[in-house]
Amino acid sequence: MKLPKGTLVAALIVLVLFPASVLAEPITINWWFAHGGRLGEKVQEIVADFNASQSDYKVVATYKGNYHDTMMAGIAAFRAKNPPHVLQVFEVGTATMMAAKGAIKPVYEVMSESGLPFDPKAYLPTVTGYYTTSEGKMLSMPFNSSTPVLWYNKEAFKYAGLDLDKPPRTWPEVADYSRKIVAAYADQATKIEPIVKALKEAKAALEKAEMKDNAAKIDEILAETQSGVITAGFSTSWISWIQIENFSAWHNVPIGTKANGFDGLDTQFVFNSPLHVKHIQQLADWQKEKIFVYGGRRNIGNGLFSSGQVAMHTESSAGYAGFKKTCKFELGTSMLPYWPDAAGAPQNTIIGGASLWVLQGHSPEEYKGVAAFFNHLSKPEVQADWHEFTGYLPITLAAYDLKKKQGFYEKNPQMETALKQMTLNAPTENSRGLRFGNFVQMRDIMYDTLEAIFAEQKTAQQGLDEAAEKGNRLLRKFERDNK
Amino acid sequence: MEKRVIFKNKVLPYFLVAPQIIITLVFFIWPAFMALYQSVLREDPFGLKTVFVGFENFKYIFTDPIYLNSIKVTIIFSFSVAAIAMSAALFLAVMADRTIRGATTYKTFIIWPYAVAPVASAVIWYFLFNPSIGMFSFFLKAIGIDWNFTLNGRQAMVLVIIAAAWKVISYNFLFYLAGLQAIPKSFIEAAAIDGASPAKRFWTIAFPLLSPTVFFLLVMNMVYAFFETFGVIHAITEGGPNEATNIMVFKIYHDFFRGLDLGGSAAQSVILMFIVISLTVIQFRYIERKVHY
Repeated sequence: MKLPKGTLVAALIVLVLFPASVLAEPITINWWFAHGGRLGEKVQEIVADFNASQSDYKVVATYKGNYHDTMMAGIAAFRAKNPPHVLQVFEVGTATMMAAKGAIKPVYEVMSESGLPFDPKAYLPTVTGYYTTSEGKMLSMPFNSSTPVLWYNKEAFKYAGLDLDKPPRTWPEVADYSRKIVAAYADQATKIEPIVKALKEAKAALEKAEMKDNAAKIDEILAETQSGVITAGFSTSWISWIQIENFSAWHNVPIGTKANGFDGLDTQFVFNSPLHVKHIQQLADWQKEKIFVYGGRRNIGNGLFSSGQVAMHTESSAGYAGFKKTCKFELGTSMLPYWPDAAGAPQNTIIGGASLWVLQGHSPEEYKGVAAFFNHLSKPEVQADWHEFTGYLPITLAAYDLKKKQGFYEKNPQMETALKQMTLNAPTENSRGLRFGNFVQMRDIMYDTLEAIFAEQKTAQQGLDEAAEKGNRLLRKFERDNK
Repeated sequence: MEKRVIFKNKVLPYFLVAPQIIITLVFFIWPAFMALYQSVLREDPFGLKTVFVGFENFKYIFTDPIYLNSIKVTIIFSFSVAAIAMSAALFLAVMADRTIRGATTYKTFIIWPYAVAPVASAVIWYFLFNPSIGMFSFFLKAIGIDWNFTLNGRQAMVLVIIAAAWKVISYNFLFYLAGLQAIPKSFIEAAAIDGASPAKRFWTIAFPLLSPTVFFLLVMNMVYAFFETFGVIHAITEGGPNEATNIMVFKIYHDFFRGLDLGGSAAQSVILMFIVISLTVIQFRYIERKVHY
């Protein structure tokens, strides 16, 4: 097709002089997020739904790598005076974001200035508590939140003759169950030993007779015979988050002074208390009896559970999406175990995950768009869908009610375990969350420390004392920088 | 007689070197000065508040047990990497320099690893030695070694040293081979006629004539071990377990990108810069005297 030259020029002139009259451009809202893979696709779906639902704003969601990368990208963009409107920041970055008063625009402010309806009471208090000031002002919008639960392999429980619907409630029970399961499988290991031997001999004989297809079939039978033979009781992912931070909240003991840092920057770590030391030392000692096995940093240990090498595993409730695919056995969940002799347990657990921070440097109209988008995110249908798809917790009570009505939890009891555990008791100052500066580094120190304890280079007392000392130096540095 | 090229145009030579000067200024000199400047400041990550603090950052890192440990780790790591890479490459070069069947094939294979991106090679090492899925861990366990570099600091150190050295062996090999081939055959033949054994011929003739190459590689390998091994550490151990492989350059990255500590990591990079500058100066002043050109 060939257009006459004059028309093209005229069109161009109109476009240049009056862009708004030709294309009613919606206001662009940039959102930088940190979910790859399937979760990333889901994020784009939510954004597309919002963009289709109205024509004033267009949210552009951009994947910026993992949590660290995304936060760094946001900071660098802010320094270059070109920040996104909305930045997803993981929970341990909360103190850093809070302290950056000139860089962030608190969510309660964004919402009230927009004039759009906003009711902070509509949100789950244990979720928003993490991102709210002591005066109850919401600073960031929770997006993906989860809490750790105990996952267990029902097949292994059945095999060891344990009651499937009575998972262990306390740590001594976990040890007891572990011993029974490992013993049950030890029997199996000895039982299959002659079978394995006979199968191997048969295979060798078949190979000698050059019957390769039959020999290959024997291989399959061999693999089946040996699979799922459990060798240890339990393991854990995210060890600092689960076995130190959530352990503290669940037992209603502080991680640090000043209400876990909520009440001031002059906080000190106290995770070297007798209860913490007892627990960590016990984990180290349990390694010898094969009750506990350390699976590595982050959630690398998930493989131990999904491949049937351990019978129980503490991991985020959001691990569901992965386990659903990788576990070939029936899954059970229950609340985190506790020490029965600890006075405060069980209290309630705290969340992990990330929230959405609004950055400074944009116009009121754009902030209004952000507020509209946040309202969309908080809608019960959107929340309920996200909750079901990912295993993250819903952030509003309405979404929780909606899922209850749909009978979702009867079919997926593991999801409700997390919610029940979060809301078991009204949060205390030990179980509201934590707000420590430089906490990203603290978690790395914790990994190093716990690895040294599990490798028996240090006792739990030594290790945790040293970690607290190193951590306090980080806290002092943060205090110094943010006075 | 020395040959000199005389440019008639006074501006042209400056123009010709300008691109290199600009690159050096923008990517080396300017960042170095920025690091010096940043190291005497405390600044929050967003750049909202900046305070001049003098030497406080330096005082802090020198009382930090994690940093002191990382200096120790760096010394062990760098010297081991340089020693292993240089001796292994020299051995391979001497072997490949002889007239053997298929020498070109061997040479190609030995040079090959240099073309692998550092992080890609580190990931390969990580998977080979991964305690739960690694092929080599399987062999090591089969011969009775309790291999788990994610918990055992010494094993982790050995692994990253080998992985880092492996990468640079190819580079060293190329230079050694070129150096060896530049040695006139008549020297070696004369010594052989005089009855010198192959070992004697190597140590008294080839090695001294190779010394400029050895010296050059020593400087390059030290710089490599101090700075460019970041990818290996990042992909294999992330400085762990229990800070056993936390070399200085990784700690700088870690404190900046994870810890958002601008002043502290700038101070560390200033210290690292001075260490490497002084090492190079020492090498040029004392070791170079023993080099025959």
